[in-house]
Amino acid sequence: MIGVIAFYLFAAILVLSALMVVSARNPVYSVLFLILAFFNAAGLFVLLGAEFVAMILVIVYVGAVAVLFLFVVMMLDIDFKNLRTEAMKYIPLGLILGGVLLAELVMVYKAWPQTPMSSLGAIAETLPQANNAKALGSVLYTDYIFPFQISGLILLVAMIGAIVLTLRARPGTLRQKIAAQVERNPADVLSIQAVSSGEGVHHD
Amino acid sequence: MIEITLFHYLVLAAILFTIGIFGIFINRKNVIVILMSIELMLLAVNINFVGFSSFLQDLAGQVFTMFILTVAAAEAAIGLAILVTFFRNKGSIAVEDISTLKG
Repeated sequence: MIGVIAFYLFAAILVLSALMVVSARNPVYSVLFLILAFFNAAGLFVLLGAEFVAMILVIVYVGAVAVLFLFVVMMLDIDFKNLRTEAMKYIPLGLILGGVLLAELVMVYKAWPQTPMSSLGAIAETLPQANNAKALGSVLYTDYIFPFQISGLILLVAMIGAIVLTLRARPGTLRQKIAAQVERNPADVLSIQAVSSGEGVHHD
Repeated sequence: MIEITLFHYLVLAAILFTIGIFGIFINRKNVIVILMSIELMLLAVNINFVGFSSFLQDLAGQVFTMFILTVAAAEAAIGLAILVTFFRNKGSIAVEDISTLKG
């Protein structure tokens, strides 16, 4: 029973915060509601018995992606007032298309043959309950080793791409040139002068 | 006694996916929220994957969820980098201003 209540609680907060993400006036609030949505999705994953994926979801999304969004939202100087001026124009089209899509999806799920699922009332009774992370690792590093490596490559490419896209050489800024500093030789820049006393030093 | 079945999770994911689509439609002035809507849609797909994974007792769904998370993180990073570059050049993040390729 507590599972049912928890599911409906998490699901309701998830849907409401998703609605707030798409309809909040200020993008900063959108990001914060996105974080709330991800926390609730992680709760649902825990209910499903996928603890490892739930924790990964919190770490990756809340720790990395949402903070990235927050940085970009706050870094760009956006005129928040005019963001919503034409939103009303697109609401009917969005509602129609979204409603059609939702109806289609629900119909597909209804028509899906229930035979393999109907016998599985409770979720995690026959799953190897010992350790979700251990079970996942034993599959991930054996059967899925090549996709795993490729996902690492994807991250590398994304990292390089993001750096290349946003790096810009700004002319006129003073930067430290370490190579020039290291190259600097005392013999080139220092000299001993014979200064006669009482006359001062003048530079030529 | 109500019981939470796979169907509940699938409908929840469908609702979430639809909210993502709706968000793409109504946020024509703000590409950042469109990217967030895409994240919501990917989250819906992840809920589908994990739901099937635990109800059909096959760990492959959770493995694929991790791959989707990887790709979503890469997509967010690249998308936001493009957005920052675009904002530097044009000073706007509205969808209708991103029409350079139209000529």
